[in-house]
Amino acid sequence: MKTIYVDNNATTRVDPQVLDAMLPYFNDFYGNPSSMHSFGGEVAHKIDEARIKVASLINASPDEIVFTSCGTESDSTAIHAAISSTPDKKHIITSRVEHPAVKNLCEHLSKKGYRVTFVPVDRKGMLDVDYLYNSLTDDTAIVSLIWANNETGMIFPIEEISRVVKQKGIVFHTDAVQAVGKVPVDVDKSKVDMLSLSGHKIHAPKGVGALFVRKGTRFSPFLIGGHQEGGRRGGTENVVSIIGLGKASELAGNHLKEVTTRVGQLRDKLESELLSKIPNVMINGDSENRLPNTTSISFEYIEGESILLMIDEFGICASSGSACTSGSLEPSHVLRAMGVPFTAAHGSIRFSLSIYNTEEEIDFIIEKLPPIIEHLRNLSPFWK
Amino acid sequence: MWEYTEKVKDHFLNPRNAGVIENADGVGEVGSLACGDALKLTLKVDDDKKISDAKFQTFGCASAIASSSALTEMIKGITIDEAGKITNNDIAEYLGGLPKEKMHCSVLGRDALEKAIANYRGEPEKKVDGEIVCECFGVTDLEIQRAVKENSLKTIEDVTGYVKAGGGCENCHDKIQEIIDSVNGTPVTKETRHSKLTNIQKIRLIEETLEREIKPELKKDGGDIELIDFADNTVFVKLCGTCSTCSASQLTLKHYVETKIKELVSPELVVEEVAQ
Repeated sequence: MKTIYVDNNATTRVDPQVLDAMLPYFNDFYGNPSSMHSFGGEVAHKIDEARIKVASLINASPDEIVFTSCGTESDSTAIHAAISSTPDKKHIITSRVEHPAVKNLCEHLSKKGYRVTFVPVDRKGMLDVDYLYNSLTDDTAIVSLIWANNETGMIFPIEEISRVVKQKGIVFHTDAVQAVGKVPVDVDKSKVDMLSLSGHKIHAPKGVGALFVRKGTRFSPFLIGGHQEGGRRGGTENVVSIIGLGKASELAGNHLKEVTTRVGQLRDKLESELLSKIPNVMINGDSENRLPNTTSISFEYIEGESILLMIDEFGICASSGSACTSGSLEPSHVLRAMGVPFTAAHGSIRFSLSIYNTEEEIDFIIEKLPPIIEHLRNLSPFWK
Repeated sequence: MWEYTEKVKDHFLNPRNAGVIENADGVGEVGSLACGDALKLTLKVDDDKKISDAKFQTFGCASAIASSSALTEMIKGITIDEAGKITNNDIAEYLGGLPKEKMHCSVLGRDALEKAIANYRGEPEKKVDGEIVCECFGVTDLEIQRAVKENSLKTIEDVTGYVKAGGGCENCHDKIQEIIDSVNGTPVTKETRHSKLTNIQKIRLIEETLEREIKPELKKDGGDIELIDFADNTVFVKLCGTCSTCSASQLTLKHYVETKIKELVSPELVVEEVAQ
């Protein structure tokens, strides 16, 4: 059976060009980039190249890039750096729709004496910007906001918000793991101090990420150890994956236009066809401020895990915000923060596309999904 | 991904006896949309009290649908009395087991069956017995006790897997632990309660409880609470932030705040919400 992978906000396929770039560095050029000999020095040179490529993707300068092990490490590093550089400030601002990497860290910090403001969103998932601005105080150590939401694809106006936050002299961090490679991300046009990105969301392997740290930002390492990464992250570099992230960043820049055009059109086709073929369906989020590859669709009166397992029989891979799939008993905190009614939250499915998806695949989903929804609704006591 | 047995997958993908029996002799409905699963079971019973037909409608995940389908297969052809003896474990075993986190799906089946049998026998609808412990999923202390006893549950996680209690805001975890301890015979240490307090002392304690216990919990969800007044053992509060606009959570909230204040200040206190 052919796999139809439309779960690219979860992870992506490693691009064959990325893999090719990485392979020699497993067992041919395996030197330690910190070594004095030229065998290691050549590897260090490759890391420099990767740093330039990652920086160029977000219009940063190479020395503003710190390689990490994942998006979560980047987020943790940024937030810890901000609060430890201003130990007298005890207030953190974030949103109610963050990825667990930020949400759970902030909840953890709230138990350690920090006051955390979780800024609400509206029914479409858009941030209540005024609420945010009114929450800024002299005691605020950091504002950390997700650039584009992993579940709904909703994009926050990070450039505008960062300018207001910076005017008050408060550190601003953004989790841009889902935004990078899908919409233009230019740190020069915004005032963000720190920005997290992740390799495996942009066709690099899992286990590598990066943190942009703007020049002049007070910083302290999260992993304390050797002098790697200019003393900003201890630990021998994950050389192979960093080289992969470099290549993937170069490709992501080249592919951005395709994502916003062709992939966006496929997503729009999927959405409009499902909306026209299936009754009682709603899209979570609006159409103007959303990632071109993402759609969160709620099918009322049925449950998401059932839908996922039925489409799995056809090789279709997607995600759900339902309770049964979240590992807890409650539906996704993102959908709940948006006020999506229970009738719809439990039956939400996220399709997230990539440049590898074809029109035939989208047509296949459009063909297979409606009878599945009808079947499950016929089993449901709430239908009709 | 959940580890489902082949039998679970089979009953999910090819559900047996889906639908509704018109003019059923017994109907059992449990669960709700908010909870994430619900089951409507309809029975046809012949003159020798044998279940001649059973059909189900289920809203829920794969294991909920599979448990319902399995249940109908198990009860068709047996007598009402025999069906009454079926436990949630029997349903899970029929399916070759369910993941621990999904055992509540088998409990859903058992509950629907009990209701359908009671309905057939013409017994009045049972009132919810006991006191609500888990506000998020509306689970009572007696339901938790029963699950702990029948399935020899040891941890809060187990209880959540079987009856969902404790799977939401987690505020009831202490109470669940107390129930587990009391069923399993572990001594329970009761907190000392304050009964003979002056009004001033009560107000101070209420303020302390709000600040230390209640506010941090509400703030997690963007809400807040303010003490407005205190008179005749009634605590008047105002809910702010997102709590004030969420009508669904208001009942829960009032109950939660009241429970905390009764527990930590004095049992005779009641909480009233002041209009916005």
